[in-house]
This record gives sequence, C-alpha cells and structure tokens, in this order.
Amino acid sequence: MKDLSLHILDIVQNSIRAKATLIGIEIDEYPNENQLIITISDDGTGMDPEQLKRAIEPFYTSRTTRKVGLGLSLFKQNAEMTDGSFSIESELGKGTKVTAIFGMSHLDRPIMGDMVGTLLILICSSDEINYVFKHKTPSGEFEIDTREIRQTLENVPISNPDVRLFLKEMLQENLEQIQISE
Amino acid sequence: MNKIKSLADLKKLQSEVQSKIKLREKGDSPEQLVQIKVSMATCGIASGAKETMNFLIEELDHQGIDVIVTQTGCMGYCYAEPTIELTIPGKAPVVYGFVNKNKAQEIIDKHIKLNEMVDGIIPVAYSTIDNK
Repeated sequence: MKDLSLHILDIVQNSIRAKATLIGIEIDEYPNENQLIITISDDGTGMDPEQLKRAIEPFYTSRTTRKVGLGLSLFKQNAEMTDGSFSIESELGKGTKVTAIFGMSHLDRPIMGDMVGTLLILICSSDEINYVFKHKTPSGEFEIDTREIRQTLENVPISNPDVRLFLKEMLQENLEQIQISE
Repeated sequence: MNKIKSLADLKKLQSEVQSKIKLREKGDSPEQLVQIKVSMATCGIASGAKETMNFLIEELDHQGIDVIVTQTGCMGYCYAEPTIELTIPGKAPVVYGFVNKNKAQEIIDKHIKLNEMVDGIIPVAYSTIDNK
C-alpha cells in the first residue's frame, strides 16, 4: 500500500464483508507524543477467539476466491515498522475494532494520502452502511456522520454526482481547516 | 476565504437536486442502467483500484452518462488488478483486467458508448461474485 488512506480503505472492506451497518474511522495526530493513531471499528459479525488469532496471519482468509489475506498483515507490518503497534479486538455478534499506532515522524511512516478519495468511495457506494469519520489534530477536530447527511438529503441519494462533489469540497475544506499532516 | 460548507448548505443543495431528479425519474430503475463493479480488496487497492474508481465516477458524470459504479470484493483475478465487472442491461457481465485510467477511458468510449468490446476481457466461464 502506498499510503495510509489506502490501508484504511482496505481495512474497512473487512467491516463491509462482516455486514457492518455502522463503521467508525478515527485518525488522531499527537505530534508531541510522536504518535499517529488510526482506529477502525464496526458493528459487524465479529470473530470468535480462534478466528481472531488467525486473522492477522497472511495465509488466513475467509474468502474462497483466493488463499491469501494480506490486508491486516500489511497494515500491522507498516505500523510496527515505524516503532508503532497494532491491535485487534473482536467479539462475535458485536463487532471488531482495529487500532494501529504509527510513529508519526518516523521515516518509514507512509504518508496519509488522499483520505478524501477514500471517504468518498466508501460513503457514496452503499446505501445501507453508515460511517462516522473523525480526524483530530492539535489544531482542531473534524467529525462527519453520514446518518446526519442522509437525514438532510431525505430522498436524494448520497451517490448523486452533485452531492458527491459537495461532500468532496466539504471534506477538503474541513480537513484543511484542522491542518492535517501529510 | 470561503465559508466552510456545512449541513445547512447541503440542505440548500438537496432541494435543488431534488427538483432535477424529479424531471428524469422515469426509466431509471437500476436494472436498466449500465453497472460497473470495481474490485476493491487488498489486491485491487494496492494496484490502483481507487484511482480507477474515482476516474470512472468523475468521467462518467462529466460526460453525463448515467452508470451505477459500485465496489465489490476480490473476484479472484489478483494478477490482473485493477479489475472491473461491466454489465450492460440485458447482456452477460464482462470482466476487464488491468484497468488503469487509459483503459477505463477506452472502455467508456467504446464499450459503454458504442457497445464495442475492447481488449483486456478476462475470458472465463464466468459467474457473478454473488454466486461464488
């Protein structure tokens, strides 16, 4: 993966496959503590302890179309490469939470990348799944909840091109405002 | 500096868009529209499926072609990512491999607009991802 936004897009696919209806994506920047924390949580089917133990193995997957499952392994490897850490918690029937802590100023930390693009793909491609996205930096905090957006839109679909363009600008402006780092 | 867009601005947009939608309501049921599914698993994302998908959405919107673009899981053609599945109404779905921006443009110009297939189709006895 070239950047962290791609990792996030990838990990969220796991939640979508676990039939989640509400997915939380949180990015916290703590430059003073040299930490960048990414948390992805969902209310999907969750995993039993046995599955959870195997989830981060590169040769474990619940798919039948191929035999490898690299998403979590790559994410974990990248976090650990930056003197960070990685953890995953899950409970059957409740959901799963993935946390990756990156060394923020570490040379090997991938850049954040195009987070707006990732969010647009996720938000606009499903009518059943809602997202709560939070990004916290020392300059401020931005939160967007797609349930509020849907409520405002009433019967206009969230995938409508004009709505998509609006969301793109809204996300860009807000993330600029809180001065997110690269 | 412009004021940052808020939910109140979205509300304004909502009423504008709603009136537009009403005008073209008929004949827009999903089955009658061209559908594109972009394979968006680890393999696809690592090969650039995100750029492909954003390009498809923006280019189709730019040209004013009504197509449903969604994401799907890995179809098992990891070697050929990014892959897309294109369904023209009333026809069997077709899977294209190695779809970068140039390929996507070619597919829009030839397959979607003129109904001529282009190079790059993954030829298999194919059943949709839902049946796997």
